[in-house]
Amino acid sequence: MLADQDRIFTNLYGLHDPMLKGARARGDWDNTKAILERGRDDIVNEVKASGLRGRGGAGFPTGLKWSFMPKTSDRPCYLVVNADESEPGTCKDRDIIRHDPHKLVEGCLVAGFAMGACAAYIYIRGEFCNEGRVLQAAIDEAYDAGLIGKNACGSGYDFEVIPHRGAGAYICGEETALIESLEGKKGMPRLKPPFPAGVGLYGCPSTVNNVESIAVAPAIMRRGAAWFSALGRQNNTGPKVFCISGHVNKPCNVEEELGIPMRELIDKYAGGVRGGWDNLLAVIPGGASVPVLPKSVCDEVLMDFDSLRNVRSGLGTAAVIVMDKSTDVIKAIARLSKFYMHESCGQCTPCREGTGWLWRVMTRMVEGRAEPSEIDTLEQVTKQIEGHTICALGDAAAWPVQGLIRHFRPMMEERIAAYKARSIPRLAAE
Amino acid sequence: MAEPDFEQPAHFAFDAESGAEIAHIVAKYPVGRQASAVIPALYVAQRQMKRQTGSAWVPVKAMDAVAERLGMAPIRVYEVTTFYFMFNTAPIGKYHLQLCTTTPCWLRGSDEVVRACRDATGIKGWKETSADGLFTMTEVECVGACVNAPILQVDDDFYEDMDAEKVKTLIAALREGKPPPPGSMIGRQTSAPEGGPTTLTTLQFAPGT
Repeated sequence: MLADQDRIFTNLYGLHDPMLKGARARGDWDNTKAILERGRDDIVNEVKASGLRGRGGAGFPTGLKWSFMPKTSDRPCYLVVNADESEPGTCKDRDIIRHDPHKLVEGCLVAGFAMGACAAYIYIRGEFCNEGRVLQAAIDEAYDAGLIGKNACGSGYDFEVIPHRGAGAYICGEETALIESLEGKKGMPRLKPPFPAGVGLYGCPSTVNNVESIAVAPAIMRRGAAWFSALGRQNNTGPKVFCISGHVNKPCNVEEELGIPMRELIDKYAGGVRGGWDNLLAVIPGGASVPVLPKSVCDEVLMDFDSLRNVRSGLGTAAVIVMDKSTDVIKAIARLSKFYMHESCGQCTPCREGTGWLWRVMTRMVEGRAEPSEIDTLEQVTKQIEGHTICALGDAAAWPVQGLIRHFRPMMEERIAAYKARSIPRLAAE
Repeated sequence: MAEPDFEQPAHFAFDAESGAEIAHIVAKYPVGRQASAVIPALYVAQRQMKRQTGSAWVPVKAMDAVAERLGMAPIRVYEVTTFYFMFNTAPIGKYHLQLCTTTPCWLRGSDEVVRACRDATGIKGWKETSADGLFTMTEVECVGACVNAPILQVDDDFYEDMDAEKVKTLIAALREGKPPPPGSMIGRQTSAPEGGPTTLTTLQFAPGT
């Protein structure tokens, strides 16, 4: 179990003052100038050495991403923080923003300095209106205290932090859609390359990072890469905020080490599965986009990037959605298909048409009003969406359905058989 | 499609409060990049409509006013307004009831919350407004508070850990114009497990921080 002194988000539940006075008491903004004085390369190298992998879903090494930014640039460079937390099941960035906003603001300065950025834009989802107010207040305090702005922390470096609220579009969590949205357009993803590090916000070099990735950076710099990488498992280092929702006795957010067994995470922190572990049906381990896992896999699997990839799912945002045996898992996944249909930006045909098609067929699968052979057709169509779109939303729509078919095909077939058994006698009677 | 049953106002102009807000917003973006202010400016327009008419929505004339203020082609503003879900392009009730029904909320009983909302307001379908003009019900996708599911968002505030009984009480309070403080309706400390945190219990910070 992660010891309290190794937890980074010490005000995760908002029991303490989120503002500057409280943040300082928890160690934030403690001689940040000394961190900056170590220089750009040293910060990037420390974060690389920590093994920190992006906390927004893809798990790309954060230090490496920062190193893609140009060493010198005749254009301004930007850090863009992705606070458009919209992946169903995920609510960790919300807690960081409303309870530990100074960790994020300080992280912006450290990360922005390390990549030579002149400003950080924090793109926060529109629904987080109250959270955005707390963040704005924290930023105002930081300006007033000389921590950001001209000569930030007395370092001689000028750095702006600007929050920007979106308006309710899941797709804006995709980094290039987020940039488009920030520029005042519809949130439609851009083709890559060029990558944002070359051509990003306003055509300038930019790096887009998740809130949690940025907010842990000052802790890594203060306590050292060795401390961070000693937590978790090799290639899956550090603590991580997990969100445990669904059919557990006590849903909650908790910070734990990567690599904790899923069962331990659920039993120890979330009060266990409703009705006990044997009442578990399935878990979506990393937010709506990743494939669902049946109990047999959940019994043993560890919660980290590589372990979950090895069982053909993913850590994603570490949002654990638990379903007990009372759940109609076909309906649970069908609802996610509806979500992706609603959130597709409509730019790429396979996604725009495919997500609606998936939902319509999944709706019939919920009733069982289908032929058994249509399960194969459904799977085949997901493969025609996956990998054939500009961004990963198409993949994200495909994976939950693929996971369902992989692990719960007999249940789908039973549903179809039951529907036929109900309707055939009725037809015969007519 | 049916003809809309509302009228677009013939005029819209930013009032002094909105004008000052927009000037403040535009200054946040680099010179020449004022289009970045389009979403915040549309929020300003929507809030002004709420102040002036009691209904938070963005008429076409307001989109035109945003376009003019930011030097954008009106069509670009129309695109943005209709792309993003949080701009209401038709009038809504005094309270905007936004019900999350995505899987994490559904697992925790959002169907029951939806039914209770319908019963308490008399609203039958999504995007409809109650006869007294007080409530509009909208089905929304995941609002990002899943460990406190199910969520009922009223305007900007999240009411968490809802059930049918709590919906009834909440709607009654809203009718009286007395919205309770948002957050967990079962008294939980934000996203901590029910009964109180089981982690972060050994750390000591100075009192008052």
